[in-house]
Parts: sequence; C-alpha cells; structure tokens
Amino acid sequence: MRDSTPIIGAGYDHCKQKNKHMKYKSQQVAYWFFALCMLLFALQIVYGFIMGFARIGMDGLHDWIPFNTARAVHTNLLVVWLLTGFMGAAYYIIPEEAQRELVSVKLAYVQLISLAVVGVAAITGYHFNIWEGRKFLEIPRELDYLVVINVLLFLGIILATLFKGKRQTTTALVMTMGLVFAALLYLPGMIWFDSQVTDSFFRWWVVHLWVEGVWELIMGGILAFLLIKLTGVDREVIEKWLYVIVGLTFLSGILGTGHHYYYIGVNKIWLIVGGVFSALEPLAFLAMALFAVYMYRKGEKNHPNKIALFWTIGAAIVSFIGAGLLGFAHTLPQTNLYTHGTLVTAMHGHYAFWGAYVMIVLAIISYAMPNITGRKRHDKTNGHLAFWLSNIGMLGMVVALGVAGVVQVYLERRLSMDFMVAQEEVKIHFVVMLLCATMFATGIGIYIYEFIKYGRPTDEALTKNEEAVLVS
Amino acid sequence: MLSKSQARTFFLGGTVVTFLIFIGLTIYSMAPSNDQSNHQNITEQVIKGKHIWETNNCMGCHAILGEGGYYAPELTKVIDRKGAPMVKAILQSPIPWAPNGRKMVAYEMNDEDAEAMVEYLKWIGEIDLNGFERIVSPLAKDKIKD
Repeated sequence: MRDSTPIIGAGYDHCKQKNKHMKYKSQQVAYWFFALCMLLFALQIVYGFIMGFARIGMDGLHDWIPFNTARAVHTNLLVVWLLTGFMGAAYYIIPEEAQRELVSVKLAYVQLISLAVVGVAAITGYHFNIWEGRKFLEIPRELDYLVVINVLLFLGIILATLFKGKRQTTTALVMTMGLVFAALLYLPGMIWFDSQVTDSFFRWWVVHLWVEGVWELIMGGILAFLLIKLTGVDREVIEKWLYVIVGLTFLSGILGTGHHYYYIGVNKIWLIVGGVFSALEPLAFLAMALFAVYMYRKGEKNHPNKIALFWTIGAAIVSFIGAGLLGFAHTLPQTNLYTHGTLVTAMHGHYAFWGAYVMIVLAIISYAMPNITGRKRHDKTNGHLAFWLSNIGMLGMVVALGVAGVVQVYLERRLSMDFMVAQEEVKIHFVVMLLCATMFATGIGIYIYEFIKYGRPTDEALTKNEEAVLVS
Repeated sequence: MLSKSQARTFFLGGTVVTFLIFIGLTIYSMAPSNDQSNHQNITEQVIKGKHIWETNNCMGCHAILGEGGYYAPELTKVIDRKGAPMVKAILQSPIPWAPNGRKMVAYEMNDEDAEAMVEYLKWIGEIDLNGFERIVSPLAKDKIKD
C-alpha cells in the first residue's frame, strides 16, 4: 500500500517543521483507531444505501436485513466509529499536550481490540433479533457492561497520561472532561424502566446530552488543538475562547434537553424551558464557527496541510448550519408539534452529525496521517476531491430529506393523509437522496483510498521530528 | 476584555447552575402529582408488551410518542385508528404485512404476546401528550376527548 511519496522533512526547513511531525511514538496507536473508523464508516454507508433503496420499494434484502436491522446498524455504526475516532484523536492529542508518551501502548491496543470485538458482536446480533430496541441505544445490556469496562480502560490510560504529563493544557482538560462525562452519561441508558415515558425521558439523558452537550466538549478540544497547530495563533487566545464556547454549549444544551420532552408524556413545563434554552443552542455553534474563521484569518497561512484546515473550518461552519440552524428550524414547540417524529428530524440529524462530528474526526485524521506515517500526501488533489464530493453530496441528501420531511408534515399532519399514502408521495425525494448519496459515497471512498495510500505508521516520521527539534 | 480565568468561571459556573436546575426540573417532572402517563395503569401485561416492543426493535421502523424510525406508521394512537382486533391480526400474521408494498417482518406472535402488545399500545394511547395526540394521528382525532 505504501507509495513513493517522500517523507516529510526531506528538503524542508526543519526549524519551521518542528510542530508538523509526530512527537511521541505512542501517538502511532491513533492510526489503528482511525483505520477502524474508516472500515466502520464504509459499512455505515452500505447500510444507509440498503435503507434508501428500501424506501423506494427496492427491499430485496428484507428477509435477511429488514429495515429495522439496517437502521440499527447504520446509526450504531455511526456512534461506534465516531467514538473510535474521538478515542484515536485522544491518543494522538493527549501525549502531545501532556508532553509525554502514553502510559501504556499495550493496554491501548487491548482497548482497541476489545472495542472492535464488542462492536462487531453488537452489529452481528442485530441481524439475529438480539437488541434492546431503543433508538440509538440498541446494544443489548449484557454488552453494555463490556462497553463500560472498555471505556474505563480508555479513560484510565488517558487520565494517567494527562496527570503524569509535564503540563495539563486547557485543550487537553476540556477534551478529557468531555470523554469522562460521555462515559458517565452512558449509565442512565442502562437502567430498565417499566414506563415507556420514563424510559424515553432518560434515554435522552444519554443521546441528547451526548450529542448536544459533552460531545461538543470533545469537538471543541479537537478543534482547539487543530487551530493551534494549523493557524499558529497563541494557545492562550484559543483556549480562552474554547472556555466561552463550551460554556455556551452547556448553558443552552443541558436545559435544551427539554425539546425532546415536549410531546412524550411529561409535564408542560418543558415546553417553556426546552423552547427557550434550545432556541439558544445555535449560539454555541455560531460562536464556534466565528471562532474558527477568526482564528484562521488571524493566524499564519503557511501550514502545508491545507486539507486538514478545510475539514477543520468546514466542521465549524457546517455544524453551525446542521446542528444550529436546522435544529432551530424545528425546535420551537409550536413547530415541533407538527415535525416531531417525521423526516424533518432525519434531515437535521444527518447534517448535524456530519458537520459537528464526522467532519471534525475527518479533520484530525487528515491532520495526523502525514505526521504519523511521515508521508506528505496532504497536497494531493484527491483530498480536495474527497472534501467537495462528500460535502456537496451530503448537502444534496439533506435537501432531499428536508423536502420529503416538509411534504410529509403537510400531507400527513395537515391534510390527514394516511402515513403510507404520504410515503408514496415522497418516494421521489428518496431517489434524489440516493443520487446525492452516491456522490457522497464517492467522496468518502476517495478519502478512504487516500487513507490506505498513506500506508502504516513509520518511526522515520518520529526520527525526522527529533532531528527537527535538534536543528531548531 | 474577558480574561481566561473569567472565561473558565463562566464555563464552570454556567454548567453547575444549569445542571442543578435540570436535576430540579427532572424531580419535578417525575413527581407522581405531575404524572401525565397514567402510570398507575401500567400492568404486568403492559410491561410485557414494552419488553416485546424492545426485543423486536419495533422502533427501528415505527415511531411511538413521536420517536422511532419514520419508515412505518406512528403507533401512538394505533388502537384508536385500526382497532385492537386488526392490530392483533397483523402481529400474528404468518406472512409479512405489506401496506402499499412496504413489508413488515412477520412476527407470528402467539395470542398471549399479541394481547400484551395490544395492552401496551392501549396504555400508550391514553397518555396526555400536551396536544401532540391530536396531531400525530389526525385520523383518530374525532375519537379524542376534549
């Protein structure tokens, strides 16, 4: 898989390049997490296509992979590969921030393998009707315990590395805080409730407080790290604004959980609390987008890894549109009364996950790969092709879903049309979605091809770095 | 101009305050006096129905209380809309139920399980959903009391 692209540093000014290499050998662990991400992401897209074709009546796989299986696999793979990406990002970022090697590389590999085993076991089980059947939390409770052990091992490695390190930076602390809270918030999802209402109420403690709360801390941490590295802006400035952004996130996001409680059978007080605070949620994403663009404009423009910068700034902007604006579009109780439980939610979900989390994971992978492998492929046209094809494709998918959602709301909930009759009417929008998904998948295919072409981690990148530091 | 320590205070202070309010509102919502779900009507059969609902991942296609897969009909008011006998018949069908060609898995449930599912769906249909019950199933709204 290796090509003949020269190792970074050959012909470069070593003094300028000292921050553009892998500094610690244990950072190589991240590569294998990223590789697992690529594999699971590809599978997620395959199951997305199965769902898309089923929606236009082409469900030839129904007997083996019915829609509920495809859906559980599609969404759970997303969660698992994003968490794998966050873990890989942590294994890359924390040593550099703490200025020391990971406390145990072997345990990190044990954690990776056990994570993959639990993930594969869960996904396989879904094909044999073994699941919990709770949206996004379909993993059976028996496997939940293994997830907990796995995450504890991961946190142990990260926390020990951080606190044994030479420094504890704000970037590292915010990111680690996000990872610790994400682990703690998994627990309410493991409790059995007799009532569907209570079950749903606490399921959102996991799902909402993850994606509109603590995951934003992780995203903010990765974003801050990338901006420090890619723009050269002073760490103190970036980290100060990081606090403001994550502050806005929690200030609006925690009580914003209320927008999931409007119509599930709990008290009306959530109509007011959820309405007010979820309307404030776009502020955090707006701040993040402005912050990223401002730091880019303020910073140096000479970092060679332009494609990592594209993904980084892109994540900040698209997350504002997907999570912020499209979320706001149906978050007020008066609107949500009609859109709750329709394809409008799917429209928002796709663009929010894409912008906020997928793009930031692809950004850190794009940044880390040349440093881990020592191969300078970041200036290849393929990288830009992957960025634009996937982004335009996803935008097209979101527009198609949005149109289908609005039509569904109108036909079904205003004109009292039967659900299946309305679904027939919106079928054409899924044809458009599938076409756009093909463009999207081509872009991601090129991204994965580039990942493979980078080859495996090499110690040469580390050696060159040591030379660079010596020269500087 | 905002200093880094002030920004940190904003983050930590805002988080603690909003989280405490959130916990307070959760306790308030879960208080028996504020119950809108007719919790006292949750019988062993309803619990069994919920278990069957989850172990078959019905939410992967259908929606309930507005949450689910959006691939198959919303079931919050399905008993009002279709009637218990038809719901039972669909759950016990040996061939996939396929309205407009979109297939459901043929669960071939026994009488006991199908009855538990009906009881569960009946309980769901009686929850006060702050007005959503009128929207989620327009075909049944004539049957919903004012």
